Amino acid sequence: MLMLMRLSFIARAVGHSTRISAARPCSLRALSTSTRVTTENTAAATTDRTSRPFRVAVIGSGPGGFYTAHRILKHVPQATVDMFEALPVPHGLVRFGVAPDHPEVKNVINTFDEVAENPNFTFIGNTTVGTFVTPGSRKANLEIADLRPHYDAVLLAYGAHEDRILGVSNEEKLKGVMAARSFVGFYNGLPSEQDLPVDLSRSDTAVVIGQGNVALDVARILLTPLEELKKTDLTEKTVKILEKSAVKHVYVIGRRGPLEVAFTAKELREMLQLPNTTFRMDEKLLASEMERAGKSLDRPRKRLMGLLEKGIKESKPDQPKSWTLMFLRSPLGFHGNDQHELESIQLGINRLEGDAKSRKAILTEQQENLKCGLAFRSIGYKSIGIHGVPFDERKGIVPNMDGKVMDKDQNIIPGLYASGWLKRGPIGVIATTMADAYQTADTIIADWTRGEPMLNTNKETPKAGGKAILEKLSAQGHKTVSYQDWKKIEQKEFELGARVGKPREKFLTVEEMLKVLD
Amino acid sequence: MAAFIATSARSVLTKAASFTPRLSSAFRSGSASWTQISTSGSSHFVPKTARFSTASGILYTKKGRPGPGQGFQVNFVMQDGEEITVQAHEGESLLDVAWANDIDIEGACEASLACSTCHLILDESSYSKLEEPTDEENDMLDLAFGLTDTSRLGCQVLMNKELDGIVARLPSVTRNAQQ
Ligand SMILES: Cc1cc2nc3c(=O)[nH]c(=O)nc-3n(C[C@H](O)[C@H](O)[C@H](O)COP(=O)(O)OP(=O)(O)OC[C@H]3O[C@@H](n4cnc5c(N)ncnc54)[C@H](O)[C@@H]3O)c2cc1C
Ligand SMILES: NC(=O)c1ccc[n+]([C@@H]2O[C@H](COP(=O)([O-])OP(=O)(O)OC[C@H]3O[C@@H](n4cnc5c(N)ncnc54)[C@H](OP(=O)(O)O)[C@@H]3O)[C@@H](O)[C@H]2O)c1
Ligand code: FES
Repeated sequence: MLMLMRLSFIARAVGHSTRISAARPCSLRALSTSTRVTTENTAAATTDRTSRPFRVAVIGSGPGGFYTAHRILKHVPQATVDMFEALPVPHGLVRFGVAPDHPEVKNVINTFDEVAENPNFTFIGNTTVGTFVTPGSRKANLEIADLRPHYDAVLLAYGAHEDRILGVSNEEKLKGVMAARSFVGFYNGLPSEQDLPVDLSRSDTAVVIGQGNVALDVARILLTPLEELKKTDLTEKTVKILEKSAVKHVYVIGRRGPLEVAFTAKELREMLQLPNTTFRMDEKLLASEMERAGKSLDRPRKRLMGLLEKGIKESKPDQPKSWTLMFLRSPLGFHGNDQHELESIQLGINRLEGDAKSRKAILTEQQENLKCGLAFRSIGYKSIGIHGVPFDERKGIVPNMDGKVMDKDQNIIPGLYASGWLKRGPIGVIATTMADAYQTADTIIADWTRGEPMLNTNKETPKAGGKAILEKLSAQGHKTVSYQDWKKIEQKEFELGARVGKPREKFLTVEEMLKVLD
Repeated sequence: MAAFIATSARSVLTKAASFTPRLSSAFRSGSASWTQISTSGSSHFVPKTARFSTASGILYTKKGRPGPGQGFQVNFVMQDGEEITVQAHEGESLLDVAWANDIDIEGACEASLACSTCHLILDESSYSKLEEPTDEENDMLDLAFGLTDTSRLGCQVLMNKELDGIVARLPSVTRNAQQ
């Protein structure tokens, strides 16, 4: 800290033209910001926090957890971060969500690896913290209460790993109807989804309900030539299933209109570039909606609508495959045959009502039936509460103010923080999650520097951090996974992948992952 | 805009380096060798080559980097208004230039046009000298925070003579998260 104080002195002495820089970009802002915090908050000097370690536990190793850890380690030299991850493997949806044909998105892992190399960072994989409130949930390895005595701050960043349901008939009963989340988890090798019954050979028509980027990911995986996908880290198990796929036509169905689609331009462009695939949508509807919106559209929306127009114009008719955007349709129920296999979806036709910025879909009397053998519900992910932590069921988030967790009476809970999808809901690309994680990190850093109460009082003896926890787990015979361990697992995945010309071949079960470490 | 020279107090960071992650990617090639010299009683590291000084007495430049008057000038304006002037090689992207000079701009996807975190707002005159962004760059810009008429992705703007003196402002990150 002395070091920082000296820097801040230099900064002031030389005024605006001083550039405080670091040997490496990562530590650059660390220093300048720490400086700022120090000069702004004289209180910092009066607490004992400058001289002792700042112990942070992070629950979840997705972008929400990693980017928050990154920023804290950067700005608080004496911080130590222990990151708990339920699975033996890190990175959350970057590994188990991001599509296999988007490897460039996964470059963020390089930054996460850098964070993990920090000597003040410890990854504790294969360790669930907090039992979920859903009845029947498996008991966690540790509860939040177990962490409390050992840390100054606990960050909740465990994401959203369930999905929203439509609440219509037969949604969870018929073969062929599944959550897009489950299918995504399946093709990306998420251990908990490997028993999903996926049969793509029964029907040539699949329906995806919802018009977000996840919906387009699913549609793209179903329609991309297999030769292309074989070069990605799509699991071999999925490749085998896709080899037998009969799917030729995919309907992507929205309850509102083209102006309300949730997918973004890059993903739409990829869909429009699929080889041998006709694109269809209601051209008249698009024209009338665009006319209605007039000049009110912002740039991203205008470009998106332009891309749809272009897509219609340039689409080659009668290709062997097709994909169709359908609008103003809400599923009313799923129909099956005697073998409980999906046969068709009953759709209600909607009209739109309300303010242009937030139009609502209202069912009309009209209905139609769409024949299909596969249906993917892609209407959003959902977070679940864990015992001992406030949770807003309606919003599906941990209630918080700039990342500081609050109880139901809006009182701040000292030392408890949230970031990522758990903090703001299951929306946003990695860039959004990153910005949000940085905000939470700034809140944590400010609280620490200002001497705000955390999971301790300043008079207590400093916390011991993860050492005690690791000892406890090991005494119970529980196997934890370190980042070095993960790197061994990853190395093995690279080797297995190289044999078949893929960037990696993922292990599909926790047992297989752990076996590498024996 | 008052141009000035980037200065640095490097020595104080040797300790800090222990909490600094490694720099694996080629994009963060800030490989510099530093010489320690003494200014006003406190010591600082400066590179063996092309050193220069400012009124503050803190010296800074980097081995392998163009010094003042060499290369092309890039003026970064940070979120807090701080202005940093550095020199760029021909053909370097603004993101490369920033990283090579330890200016902390995000580049989550490492210049593969898949993240929009390298968003920069350029001065109008420089913006107009650039070729139109590609569709792919525009797709990503559409996701950027605080998009303006002169926004570009830092990893896609390559420095050349025409852009000498370019001003690139980092957008202030708001919480109005996009998709
Ligand atoms: C299918 C899909 C594709 C996507 N594709 C892209 C894309 O191409 N580009 C893009 O920018 N964004 C994409 N996103 C968005 C991006 O993945 C998210 O913004 C981001 O991953 C959210 O980060 P997070 O850390 O909040 O959650 P997550 O990434 O879900 O991380 C949460 C972590 O917590 C762990 N965990 C859960 N419970 C516990 C517990 N009790 N104890 C310990 N650990 C626990 C989980 O195993 C997981 O590792 C995609 C999202 C999805 C769903
Ligand atoms: N390549 C990428 O960058 C990428 C890939 C995947 C995911 N992501 C990101 O991850 C986030 C999550 O994606 P997502 O696709 O799960 O969510 P999303 O973007 O929120 O899309 C959800 C879709 O489901 C619809 N929906 C919700 N409830 C419905 C209901 N009851 N009936 C019918 N339709 C309903 C929504 O329509 P309404 O608008 O009418 O509610 C919307 O079209 C997004 O921010 C996305 O951008 C990014
Ligand atoms: S670094 Fe990702 S788009 Fe420029």
